[in-house]
Order: sequence, then structure tokens, then C-alpha cells
Amino acid sequence: MKKYNVVTTISYPTKGAMGKTGNWRVFKPVLDKNKCVKCLRCWVYCPEATIIRNKDDSVDIDYEYCKGCGICADVCKVGAIVMEREGKRE
Amino acid sequence: MSSVMIDTGNYIAAKAAVMARPDVVAAYPITPQTTLVEGIANYRDTGEFKGEYICVESEHSAMSACIGASAAGVRTFTGTSSHGLLLMHEMLHWAALARLPIVMCNINRVVGPGWNIWADENDSVSQRDTGWIQFYCSSNQEIFDTVIQAFKLAEHEKISLPVMISYNAFILSHTSMPVYIPEQEEVDDFIPKRKPLWKLDVDNPITFGNIILPHEYEKVRRDMQNAQEYAKKLIVEINRDWEKRFGRYHGDLLELYKCDDAEYILVAMGAIGSESKVTVDNMRKEGYKIGLARLRVFRPFPGEEIVKLGDKADLIVIDRNVSIGLGGAVFNEVKASLYGKSDAKVYGYIAGLGGKDVTYGDIEKMCKKVVDGKAKHMEWYGFEKGGV
Repeated sequence: MKKYNVVTTISYPTKGAMGKTGNWRVFKPVLDKNKCVKCLRCWVYCPEATIIRNKDDSVDIDYEYCKGCGICADVCKVGAIVMEREGKRE
Repeated sequence: MSSVMIDTGNYIAAKAAVMARPDVVAAYPITPQTTLVEGIANYRDTGEFKGEYICVESEHSAMSACIGASAAGVRTFTGTSSHGLLLMHEMLHWAALARLPIVMCNINRVVGPGWNIWADENDSVSQRDTGWIQFYCSSNQEIFDTVIQAFKLAEHEKISLPVMISYNAFILSHTSMPVYIPEQEEVDDFIPKRKPLWKLDVDNPITFGNIILPHEYEKVRRDMQNAQEYAKKLIVEINRDWEKRFGRYHGDLLELYKCDDAEYILVAMGAIGSESKVTVDNMRKEGYKIGLARLRVFRPFPGEEIVKLGDKADLIVIDRNVSIGLGGAVFNEVKASLYGKSDAKVYGYIAGLGGKDVTYGDIEKMCKKVVDGKAKHMEWYGFEKGGV
């Protein structure tokens, strides 16, 4: 990392620059792969790049960094993603 | 070779700013803005200023645009005054904490209501905690020289802080004086193109001005304080270099005038500082041992130099500002600097608020009242007869 003569706030692009933000989550997106039509709207809209696009355009969710904002569930046209409360009693 | 230009403080500041070759000037043009930015716009029209001139919709945006441009690594300049400066307040903190070497002129004007655009230093004095280095000028020549010097100071690799150059409204901003203007090549040689320590660059992306945790944040503030402490030395070095190149010297952090054998020393900033020289000359003729220490730099505050003054003389501080509920800002900072280090007595006057004229005769009355032992610790000049 480059050394500067002054102390200020600079960060270089890196995965998880703010730590494992997944533990900020209150609601968790849960994907039903049987309903998914691979339209990739969730992948496009996710503001944190935590929807992982697979080679066959199916998707997975990176729970280590997903903050649970719920945008993916909101934009999903087929209701394949639902938000569930974290730590919910079974 | 230099030429002489006779013009107002604002147009002299515009000339200096353009000769510093900023890449971006962003400014809002409406009152309390002054002819300073009109001057720069005119140079844009004639082609003498080759940078970008961004005419924005508010002073908050003016400072924001300068922050963006400065973060992209280029030299930036802006000018403002009173309420314009206050509207920038949030972004002044931002610029300093992000360590961006923006240079700005502030024309000291009254804060309303009551509405008034005369000289008063409460606008910039109230920005003293933002992290900006603050100069106060007392002549148009000093404005020119300080604007050029400010870029050298701000962009120094150990400083990297924004610099504000203040001068009193009308008394300097709208008064013509002859000013020596150096050749463009001499200015280019003194302040070569800015070399940013880092910059926003799409080919080498960084996030900056981002979130940091408590134990890191304190380091940022502490480093700003260290940079301002270092600026005390660097300002002196830059002044010496300037004097060698151009033969002009306006003082270091303080301009000392007839202080060597003085028993009383006046301390004042800006136009009252230059007016006080006449008072000192007149009182010297009458046999008073009095001198003047004109405060050129308010941030960093030259506490060590103030202590040296206190070793030999009592101090009379005149403030064209007031921190309501306490008193004059310079008065209180002078006392804080002396605490535990000097037995000097300090007397404070508040005078000239709202542009009220403070003549050499007024200053003489203040000084003689102190010498005669009739002055209170702190008082408002001109209210001796009571009333409101």
C-alpha cells in the first residue's frame, strides 16, 4: 500500500472493505430455485453485488456480505425470493 | 521585471488567482459575493484565464465543486464572503478533513440581520475550527502576494490543507492601490503545476472520504493539527523565499512594527492592523513606547510569538469580531497563549463591528486609556457614555 505524508481516508477496491456486513441483516433473502426463471433482475439490482451469477445464469446469494435490504425480493417478477426474519423460531 | 497595476483588492486578488493558473474556479455570483469572481470571469472572457469557470447555484455547491475538482488532482480557487462563507460551512470541514489544498479568498463582511455588507470579521472567525489555514491581509499588495504564496503552502506535501485569505470589505476589497505584479514566468517558477498526493482516477480507482472507525478518526484530526503546527515553520520559509525572489516582506505569522523597546504592544488583524501603524507613529512622537504586532495568520495561531511579546510588554488587543458570550476572539486566544507563560497584562477592545470606522485617532484613544490605567479588562469601544 502506498505511503502518504498525511493521514486521510482512502481505501482501495477490495472485497469486504467494511468487514463482513452480512451480520447487519435483519431480514434474509431466501431463494426458491424451482421458481427462478434466470432473468437476472436480482443480479442487476443488488446494490452490494451479493447476488452471485453462475455460468448457467442461475443465481446464489452471498450471505457473508448481503445486508438484507430486500431489493432482490422486490424486483423478482416470479416471487422466487422472499424475505424471512433472521433467527426466526422454526 | 514586474509591472505596477493600480486596482481594488478584489481585482488584485482576481489577478493573483489567475496568475496561479488554477484549473478550476467555481463560484456563486450573487451578493454578498464581490467583484472578485467577476474579475476572474472577465479574465476567462479575455482568454487570460484558461481553466474551467463553473458558475454554480450556491456557495455550498461552489465549495463542493472545488472539492470534486481538487480531489481529481487539479488546482482550484474560489472566492466568497459573509453568508456565502457560512453556507459553505459543512463543506469547509469536508475540504479540510479530506486534505484538499483549495485556496479561497473571503471578503470579511457583516453577518445579518441587520443586513449590511461592510467590514466585519465574524464570518471567517466563526470558521476557525474547520481546519482551514487563515490569513488576514492589510494591503492590496499583501493580498496579491498571499494568494500566490497560499497555493505553495496548501499544496505542500506535508500540509495538504485548504487556505483562506481574508481581507476587510470595502477598506481593501473596493479601494484601489498600486500593486507590483511579477512576470507570469516568475509565478510559474514559484508555484509549478500541482502534484497531487493522490487523486480520483478511473484507471486507478480508490474510494476516498469514506467511513472510518473511531480509533482511526482521531488520527485524521490529530494529523491536521500537526500539519497546522508545521505550517508555522513553512509560512516563514515561504516568506523568506518570496522576499529573496521579489523583495517584499509583510511579516511572518505576525508583522512586528516598532516592538523592540515597546512597553505596550497593539495586537490587531486586517485593516485595523494597518491603521494601527499610524497610531504607533503618532504616539511614538509623543514619547509613548508603543508597538504593533499585526496578526497575519489566525490559524495556525502564533501562540509562541505572542508569548515572546508578552515577555516585554503589555498587550492591547482590538477585535473586529466578537464571540458572543465570551468576547473578542483574538483577545481570548492571546490570553490562552500567555497562560502560565507570561505575566503580561492583556486589554481587549471590540471595535469596528458592522463596518464602523476605526481611525488611528480611535485606536490612540484606546491605547491612552490603557496607559492611563483607566481601561477595563475588556470593553466595547465607543460606548463610554453609556446607553445602548
